[in-house]
Amino acid sequence: MIQKSKSSRQNKLRKAPFYIILFFLMMGCLGISFDEPRRVLELATQICLSCIGIG
Amino acid sequence: MYALRKWVQALFALLVNGNWSFPVNRNIYQGSLKVVCSPGLNCYSCPASTTYCPIGSIQQLLGGLRLALENGQFFVGFYVIGTIGVIGAFVGRMVCGWACPFGLFQELIHKIPSPKFGIYRPLRYVKYGLLVVMVFIMPLFAVGEFGIGDPWYCKYFCPAGTLEAGLPMLTLQPSLRETIGLLFYSKLTILLVFLVWSVLSSRAFCRTACPLGAIYALFTKIKLVRLHLDKGLCNMCESCHRVCPMGVKFNESPDDAECISCLACSKICPQKAISLEIGGVPFVPAPISKKIIRVS
Repeated sequence: MIQKSKSSRQNKLRKAPFYIILFFLMMGCLGISFDEPRRVLELATQICLSCIGIG
Repeated sequence: MYALRKWVQALFALLVNGNWSFPVNRNIYQGSLKVVCSPGLNCYSCPASTTYCPIGSIQQLLGGLRLALENGQFFVGFYVIGTIGVIGAFVGRMVCGWACPFGLFQELIHKIPSPKFGIYRPLRYVKYGLLVVMVFIMPLFAVGEFGIGDPWYCKYFCPAGTLEAGLPMLTLQPSLRETIGLLFYSKLTILLVFLVWSVLSSRAFCRTACPLGAIYALFTKIKLVRLHLDKGLCNMCESCHRVCPMGVKFNESPDDAECISCLACSKICPQKAISLEIGGVPFVPAPISKKIIRVS
């Protein structure tokens, strides 16, 4: 039977990931405010043959 | 959890490639779903693709940056980088192990019986070079007469693009075959090299040449969901070394940037020293047998 480790950490919530997520969420929102999704959609719906090595 | 991974991989592969009418209309999907980011590497010129590829989008936006700024449009990639950043900070390279269609494809072809080899460890740094040079610098600075840069990684290298977009488009639109030249054959050679290499070595492309994996790897130390090693339980049996598809020696470097959190090591560990943690809190799903006992 596996003994419970003495060195097991206490379950302390790490906050750094939440700050990083918030930072990138704000960056994404900034992109949305610049209407960037429309441009991304335009690019993604047009096939660029030279971009995939054809033509 | 490990058994669940195959289903999640298949589900994501279907979700990001949901346009199954392409054999009829012989073109790529052009609907509004393409404003959604594919978490894994999945070419948006693939006829089945219903999402955009973050690597392709970054290059296109950087390539057209000068023109956009001249026209008063501030398309610098905040939306795309913000999306990748949120995914990366949540799960990092777990995407590679759970949600990347090209990763799934490599896993499948690696099952083909053949001699198996490891990968020379320093080759892992090549993907960072490709990310910086071909995804950021060249599209931004190597511009043509109209001030527009090419998506260098997609155009000159990406084997996923050749497999998922180049070859299907040539099949669907035979007239395109007259336009192929040296560029296409060089990309086809790169694809063949990675296909053979992936049969011989586990996830050869992910480990050496994927720029999206390189971006997610930057989040290794700060991502929300990651694997945790209980050093008190680990007896250094090195079982985790033998099963890792990315060549990670987990008990020696639990924060290795190559770890894709596929849980192969967690499954094999006889001491149960490896577990998933979310924000520092261990995530231990209750065994099914216990649930049954509680119900009865």
